[in-house]
Amino acid sequence: MDKKPVLSVRDLKAYFSLDEGIVKSVDGVSFDAWKGQVVGVVGESGCGKSVTMKSVLRILEKPGKIVGGEILLQKEDNPNEYIDLVKLPENGPEIRDIRGGRIALIPQEPMAAFSPVHTIGDQITEAIRLHRPVSKREAYKICIDTLHAVGMSMPEKRFNSYSWQLSGGLRQRAIIAMAIVSNPSILIADEPTTAIDVTTQAQILKLLKKLQQERDMTILFITHDLGVIAQMTQYVVVMYLGRVMEKGPVDDIFHNPKHPYTRALLDSIPSAQKTTKVKLPTIAGSIPHPFNKPSGCPFHPRCTKMIPNVCNIDPPAETVVGEDHVAYCFLYQNTKEVKDAA
Amino acid sequence: MASYIAKRILVIPFLLFVFSILIFVLIQAPPGDFMTTYSAILAGSGSSLDAEQLDAMRVSYGLDQPLHIQYVRWIEKLLRGDMGLSLLYMLPNKQLIAERLGPTVALALFSFILSWLIAIPSGIYSATHKNSFGDYFFMVLNYIGVAIPNFFLALLLMWFFYVKFGWNLVGLFSPEFEAAPWSWAKFLDMLKHLWLPGIILALGGSARLTRVMRANLLDEMGKPYMVTGRAKGMSEWSLVMKYPVRLAINPLVSTIGNYIPQLFSGSLIVASVMNLQNIGPLLLQALSMQDMYLSGSILLVYCLLAILGTILSDLLLAWVDPRIRLE
Repeated sequence: MDKKPVLSVRDLKAYFSLDEGIVKSVDGVSFDAWKGQVVGVVGESGCGKSVTMKSVLRILEKPGKIVGGEILLQKEDNPNEYIDLVKLPENGPEIRDIRGGRIALIPQEPMAAFSPVHTIGDQITEAIRLHRPVSKREAYKICIDTLHAVGMSMPEKRFNSYSWQLSGGLRQRAIIAMAIVSNPSILIADEPTTAIDVTTQAQILKLLKKLQQERDMTILFITHDLGVIAQMTQYVVVMYLGRVMEKGPVDDIFHNPKHPYTRALLDSIPSAQKTTKVKLPTIAGSIPHPFNKPSGCPFHPRCTKMIPNVCNIDPPAETVVGEDHVAYCFLYQNTKEVKDAA
Repeated sequence: MASYIAKRILVIPFLLFVFSILIFVLIQAPPGDFMTTYSAILAGSGSSLDAEQLDAMRVSYGLDQPLHIQYVRWIEKLLRGDMGLSLLYMLPNKQLIAERLGPTVALALFSFILSWLIAIPSGIYSATHKNSFGDYFFMVLNYIGVAIPNFFLALLLMWFFYVKFGWNLVGLFSPEFEAAPWSWAKFLDMLKHLWLPGIILALGGSARLTRVMRANLLDEMGKPYMVTGRAKGMSEWSLVMKYPVRLAINPLVSTIGNYIPQLFSGSLIVASVMNLQNIGPLLLQALSMQDMYLSGSILLVYCLLAILGTILSDLLLAWVDPRIRLE
């Protein structure tokens, strides 16, 4: 592993100013991603996963705005230097070169991610020619090769198909092809398997893993499916209400979770092995309204280990709880030792 | 696709048959007939016809026959391509309509194309600059366009151009071409007179189209393929022009069919105000004089145009939208 991360998000803040008030969708998120690593970003709906990723690409829709922090991307020619994506003008040529060129996106909804009135081939070759000065003929060849690489049968025929003529799985493959067609170093996969059936899901995950290893890509994998996280990633970032709760190597997160929120999440996964007749535990309460975020640690109203007059005052600072393993929780603030709160 | 077109074309005669019955019944619905109106006009101008003469004329025109016989006679002639004689002009209806069809279609096409040329760019601007000064500016302009009746606009503009520039824009031709046979010079002269009614008709139409275009485009610009396009690295302008604009135009294409008959009937009032010798005023006159064969023929031509317009817009829609073409 390189000494320096390929992408480093530091204290990122992205707010939406609405008529009703300001929604702090992402409120101080930091994480690093190294070359060839799959980083899972997990959390409930509305926790700011997608907003974080859109911020990285600088395609946050209005009224969303990045109000603070840095998104550092390692320069291709000099690994010691970084570009701060936050400082680039939103629609300038530099960021557009990076979008789709160095950082590509597999969008959330495969059904609607393609235009229904343009062929798949047209939309993929467009992505090629935005980043490489190739002729239409060469672009066609690259497109067919990439469709092959994502395991699409009869790519010449699919080239002239429309997205709605393809099955869910094929459509997802076409989207992956469009994302990797310019050989990006970072791939953002925003819930790439939520809209497809379980069998196809497994194939798509296998394909992504294969492509990642072949091309030594970094993948930022966004999902709320902990099973997928366990299967795909090496490093996990757990988010709740716009903040990172805990981040660490995948084994530590699953076998030695520190933050009460991570534990609660893991406890609420149904298991095929356990055949107890006990009700599946859930996290008490519900996610607070975004206008009405709790002070202090955002999880404290639902936390079973809440420390009164501590957790509800200021947000907890970053605390190292293991190798590469960090939790944002007052339970570990005083002692860095692994302490079982129970 | 071929069978789809064939089906649409084969259904035309049947539709025209149904329409012809409806038209005939509606035209005959008001009390009296051409002879009643004719004698009333004669009486107004001092001279008169006695009842015997009137009845003799009724018999010779076949107006004494019951409704269904009159209809059968009319349709029988129509099938042989004869639209009958105008009682008012004592000229074949075919000739009367053919003379005026050219300017009518020219005016309709001109204002149709103009309204699209105004509506699409201003719709795109309004949607991409939502709630900006320009958006509100176009919005106000559009509301004015919708709210002002076009005959009033015609009067205003005719007055304006006459007072300001001394242009006399009344009529379809300059006096020297009025009776002249068709020639290139006459055609150019017609264009000189056609632009103002064209603009007047286009303004009303484009106002609605702009609003529809803006709404469609705003809808499309929220679709997930926009995120895909941005993530590819497309510039905002080329992204908007390639995807959402293309998709937002599709619903507009389907309105062409409704728009074509609307243009003809819309031009009726403007044409009457501006004294344009196209089909509109002819129909108005034929209806008020109860010249039933003339008005029947014109209405049937309108129906045919409406049907052809619908088929045309369906074909265009199939052409621009693969989801319809490939189904």
